[in-house]
Amino acid sequence: MEWVLKNMRPGFGEALVELGKRYHQVVALNADLSGSTTTSMFDNAFPERFLNVGVAEQNMMGISAGLASTGKIVFASTFAMFATGRAYDQIRQSIAYPKLNVKIVATHAGITVGGDGASHQMHEDLALMRVLPHMTVIAPADYWEAKKAVLKVAETPGPCYIRLGRTDTPLIYDENYDFQIGRANRLRDGNDVTIIAVGLMVAKSLEAAEVLERIGISARVVNMSTIKPVDKNMIVEAARETGAIVTAEEHNMIVGMGSAVAEVLADYEPVPQRRVGIPDVFGESGESEELMEAYGLTVENIVENVKMAVSMKR
Amino acid sequence: MPPVRLDVTREGDGLVPLQRTDYWYDLDATLPELQSIARDARKWIVRSIYEAGSGHPGGSLSIVEILTSLYFRVMRHDPDNPLWEERDRFVLSKGHGAPGLYTILALSGYFDREELLTLRKLGSRLQGHPSMNKTPGVDMSTGSLGQGLSIAIGMALGARLDRKDYRVYCIIGDGESQEGQIWEASMAASHYKLDNLCAILDRNQLQIDGPTEKIMSLEPTFSKFKAFGWHVIEVNGHDFKELLRAFHEAETYKGKPTLIIANTIKGKGVSFMEGSLKFHGKAPSKEELDLALRELGGEA
Repeated sequence: MEWVLKNMRPGFGEALVELGKRYHQVVALNADLSGSTTTSMFDNAFPERFLNVGVAEQNMMGISAGLASTGKIVFASTFAMFATGRAYDQIRQSIAYPKLNVKIVATHAGITVGGDGASHQMHEDLALMRVLPHMTVIAPADYWEAKKAVLKVAETPGPCYIRLGRTDTPLIYDENYDFQIGRANRLRDGNDVTIIAVGLMVAKSLEAAEVLERIGISARVVNMSTIKPVDKNMIVEAARETGAIVTAEEHNMIVGMGSAVAEVLADYEPVPQRRVGIPDVFGESGESEELMEAYGLTVENIVENVKMAVSMKR
Repeated sequence: MPPVRLDVTREGDGLVPLQRTDYWYDLDATLPELQSIARDARKWIVRSIYEAGSGHPGGSLSIVEILTSLYFRVMRHDPDNPLWEERDRFVLSKGHGAPGLYTILALSGYFDREELLTLRKLGSRLQGHPSMNKTPGVDMSTGSLGQGLSIAIGMALGARLDRKDYRVYCIIGDGESQEGQIWEASMAASHYKLDNLCAILDRNQLQIDGPTEKIMSLEPTFSKFKAFGWHVIEVNGHDFKELLRAFHEAETYKGKPTLIIANTIKGKGVSFMEGSLKFHGKAPSKEELDLALRELGGEA
């Protein structure tokens, strides 16, 4: 497939500036990564509403909570590793538990961080955020979904985690895309199996569906960009209509989106499921594409797992 | 009446002119009232922890005068309107002092004082550690140590952004100050020149496992916070005059956040709890409760 590539991070930065114009309550915080997270755009537009707290993520989450308690719509941003790893307890105690209006938008999630290696490759963030009560968890698939999601969550009170990647990703949507929190998006129809994906694995799944079509397997593709609250109806419908599920995510296979899907299947419509994701290991340095290859985040691996899932159907 | 001028600054900051305020005015006459409130508060604290069967008497009793000063003299707040936007904010960063905070809130009129006896019970609004969505008057949920000061900074920044003149108060513990986040926050508070923020260090010298100076020493606290860019005042944390004087100085001091080092006694007011490690996190028995209440002048 011919893709147009575009980085999703500016989608966040641009949406944030748009929100700054729309709502005077919007403030943005950063921990010395304003260029990489693109929050520098907001700093340029609204310096009085931008705080760079320095290399102090725990403090950033606490300050965010305090600001939110005074009625601000707070966007706190840094790399996924430092947001959800370093400051987990602060997010739990000071943001999720008191249900404060803080939107944590983390960039550089997943193995495609590349050369920085395992210390910076966050494969556990969806798991960590998903198990927190009150937390909404979103992983956009492209620039447009990132932009629309950021705009949407600002209008929805309460804690929220949005996960963005580092690399350029294929454009799936256009400016007319209507993102809804908690609503999965069916991108391709199919009858034999459903591939449920998030983030940059959505494009890979669409490619896999094309390959599968050529060998006579009709695959449905769903973008499960809201991991919590997960779209149960979409999952159950897919299970009933296609009878097998494959999930694909750039995340540890444990407790990520694939597990969220498995939980719904177990409760409502048990059908065979295979999970594509990063095995339960730490990453390493390398080019993004090389790493995706090395850790199984490939079209071929999706295709193989689809074949297995289909063969497991009764 | 002539304005009162008092030299209460430390370390050669010079004479700070103090404006007369309501709580400073005629302090001698109102002192007995404050002392009586503090005595009642102590009775309710030991009773509620006894009823709960668990809790932290030591660090609740040590902050009684600080809380009484804040809620009965210093802070602008309205028990009939707990979410009043213009109110001064309070964060109990050392959340295990919750029974102290709840008691002062009840005595202030946020809820019925009998409710204090539901502390830590299933379904109660009074959680083991403060929960802002459950208890009227609680401005922030705390409990995991080290986080409250950052939150207070966020509130103070919120006031500045909205051009509101409310102030933010935050009690931190001494053991709690071993958390790194306290120092991240200390750096930020002075960086942002938050003179609408006043932190109070409950310097009771003890943490669960022993004396702070033995476990992980904090001294010299005064010069540490000073080096972090705070205006620092050291007082006897059980002396209303010293506390109110310090709060007043904090209000008038511009360009820096103020830290009040309140030298306190853990378990203050109950002889066998004073300076006692045992009562950091343990409820009194029935006999101990009766003894405590007798010392405090009978049941509240």
